[in-house]
Amino acid sequence: MNALARLRPTQLTSTGIVYLVLVLVLVLGAVITAASGRNFFSGGNISAILTGTSILGFIAIGQTLVILAGSLDLSVPYVASLASLLGGVTMAGQTGNIPLAVVTALGVAALIGLVNGLVVAYLHVHGFIATLGMGLILAGYLGTTYKGSAGSAPRDFRLIGALNIGPVPLSTIIMLGCAVLVILLLRRTRIGHHLYAVGGNKDVARLSGVRTQPPVVLAHVLCSVLAGMAGLLLLARLSVGSPTIGTQGGYDLMSIAAVVLGGTVLAGGKGNILGTLGGVAIFAVMDNVMSVMQLNAFLQDVVRGLVIVIAVAVYARRNADLRPARFERSGAARHTPAPTTAGGAA
Amino acid sequence: MTSNDAVAPTASTPTQPVLRATGVTKRFFGNAVLEDVTLELHPGQVHGLVGENGAGKSTLMKVLAGVHQPDEGSVEIGGETQHFTHPIQAQQAGLSTVFQEFNLLPDRTVAENIYLGREPRRGPLVDTAAMRRATAELLDGLGVTGLDPDRTVRSLSVAEQQIVEIAKAVSYDSRIISMDEPTAALADHEVELLYAIIRRLLDRDVAILYVSHRLKEIFDLCDTITVLKDGQQVTTQPASELDEGALVRLMVGREMSAFFPEPTPGTEVGEPLLTLSGAGNGYVDGIDLTLRAGEIVGLAGLQGSGRTELVESVFGVTPLTRGTLTLDGETTTIGSPRQAIRRGLALITEDRKAKGLALGQSVLDNALGVVRSVFPGRTGDARSGMPGVLSSLEVAARSLDQEVQFLSGGNQQKVVLARWLSVDPRVMLMDEPTRGIDVGAKHAIYELMRGLAADGVGILMVSSELPEVIGMSDRILVMRDGRLAGELPRGATEEDVLALATGAAEHEEIVA
Repeated sequence: MNALARLRPTQLTSTGIVYLVLVLVLVLGAVITAASGRNFFSGGNISAILTGTSILGFIAIGQTLVILAGSLDLSVPYVASLASLLGGVTMAGQTGNIPLAVVTALGVAALIGLVNGLVVAYLHVHGFIATLGMGLILAGYLGTTYKGSAGSAPRDFRLIGALNIGPVPLSTIIMLGCAVLVILLLRRTRIGHHLYAVGGNKDVARLSGVRTQPPVVLAHVLCSVLAGMAGLLLLARLSVGSPTIGTQGGYDLMSIAAVVLGGTVLAGGKGNILGTLGGVAIFAVMDNVMSVMQLNAFLQDVVRGLVIVIAVAVYARRNADLRPARFERSGAARHTPAPTTAGGAA
Repeated sequence: MTSNDAVAPTASTPTQPVLRATGVTKRFFGNAVLEDVTLELHPGQVHGLVGENGAGKSTLMKVLAGVHQPDEGSVEIGGETQHFTHPIQAQQAGLSTVFQEFNLLPDRTVAENIYLGREPRRGPLVDTAAMRRATAELLDGLGVTGLDPDRTVRSLSVAEQQIVEIAKAVSYDSRIISMDEPTAALADHEVELLYAIIRRLLDRDVAILYVSHRLKEIFDLCDTITVLKDGQQVTTQPASELDEGALVRLMVGREMSAFFPEPTPGTEVGEPLLTLSGAGNGYVDGIDLTLRAGEIVGLAGLQGSGRTELVESVFGVTPLTRGTLTLDGETTTIGSPRQAIRRGLALITEDRKAKGLALGQSVLDNALGVVRSVFPGRTGDARSGMPGVLSSLEVAARSLDQEVQFLSGGNQQKVVLARWLSVDPRVMLMDEPTRGIDVGAKHAIYELMRGLAADGVGILMVSSELPEVIGMSDRILVMRDGRLAGELPRGATEEDVLALATGAAEHEEIVA
């Protein structure tokens, strides 16, 4: 009987639902694209969709880490902008400068993440506020120091943004590589386990002998570094660094939306990277289909907004229904149905 | 253990104590909550720690566990003086604590919870297979079967969660395990399971410090008993020298001759207030019951039998979808708690911290919570009457503005009661009204229930404590698997209730 209960379709994990929705969106996209006379699954279109996933993917992976740890990072778009500028200016069009530029950009990003993490973990400022403040500081710095685009990426670096392996862009492969490493971190390292514990319940973690600060700091550092990588990828695509490139993408809120769409609980402690990747992919497919349909920008935002809110409403409902019902569920008919009396409650 | 006494070199110290706390004093903001407490724990023995809420039991456990540091006095483990600044140090020294609140992560698996903080590794990576295997062996060693290490804690019953909690403590290879009310959330048959686990631990020469409000457990398990009152150590003596009456006297400083008060003279069982017929929803089914004015009906059953679900269904939390509900002779439906309150129902929830109180708000705001939201026009009257209601309930709070999180469990429960009394309910649904509160406050709540019944209120009381069900109820309804298994009159025994709750009675009937 127990085994039967476990096989009930309601036992689908939230990641399962995310991918079910992704398949649904894919089918819908294919139909809509076909209706406008194009092939959704053409190499070019697949490549376009995947390209759309990589930048948000980097940031959303980092955001997942931070959210799992019970924090939040609103400074990611500014970190991405700063990384694109630092990278571009350091490269100054010279192939030989690439390693130094990458190290500089990611190093500064890591430092910003370290400050975020230390403030959150040791000064007990909530991540929302700590990174809002960091974002404002970076916005001020970017606005006063750079009057516009700056720096220049050499051709070799631009290749990262342009190269495809089959239909798969190199940038997507790098993003997925990062995802695999982060998944390994979360599933198979102590600090990964502790990150879930700290995000789930800090007191429980502490009483179990977990040092509660390192996972939070690590999550913030990695989140910033991943945002820095997104910035470098933007540099590779645009060939110049820009102080507004991060904010234009709205990566702070879009990444949080992708994480939540992927089934990670905003309060922390529950969720995973696979779900987030699903969330990012759903957004990318939606964007692709909407641009094929030539939907105007306002409607595109409306659709995105609706999808996010509906998704969270569905998850909330699932969580509320966790207590198993004994009666009335088709799969749980272990009791003979009782004779019902008419005129009962609605 | 008397057998140990026989072989022990001296009578006074049968074995070398594994833990010795000497003159432990702990102050919070200048107030001493523990004063000069001295106790010893011996291998293979259970040391009971009793006292009313606020007596300092939990503080003492937290001092021993390294959560708090003592202001004076010392803690020795294995003969060495310890200065814990973090719980993990106590665990490494061999002392684990099972705290009252569940210290588990609901969304992580059993294995992940047990090995949190010391996940076995192979190379740099966590060896999840080894972790699972070790968990299975650990549970096996405690005689627990059928608990999959891969299940998330959220999907477990309360009793299973408690087992995971204990297994976690055991997994530290602890020589000392202290348990703070491990049975507070368990039904009686689950307590047996805990007893079995404790016996296995004693066989391994573990020393156990056991806190419980259930005196029966104290006498079932303990070799030595320490009584605390207002932070002071009243006595420490062998359990064999004490009985329940003497223990209660030591705890409260007075004898509770009639622990369960008799019905107030003049109480009349009147007209039916609430009648359910064939009622059900996703959680309960085929419920037929009648609650009359002036009646206290006990609702017994095992954990998970649907008692909480039934009162929540009546109260509109999960509305009934089948059958009829009659209130004051009028067939009606209750689709939300708000409707229930408007029709004169009240629900005292099982989990007062999560569902009963806004812990960060004041005593007054909590007490006025229901009036304000459901009968805003009556708020003024309720506010002016509230000091009187609270003092008649003997709520011990510094002021009406004190946040309820700083009150003891008993006083918190009285604030919950004050909130409902302010709306004059006709039907009170009480889910575990005395869970986790001290003996004195329990008695006050029993008295209050009798008084309400005398005023014509009908009370449906869910309780896992059989003596309470039997001592307080005019009739007892027993639930099993979401249905009513039967009804027992006043004077029924614990065995009668258990037989219905476990299905043993039905089985006999079939055989006969």
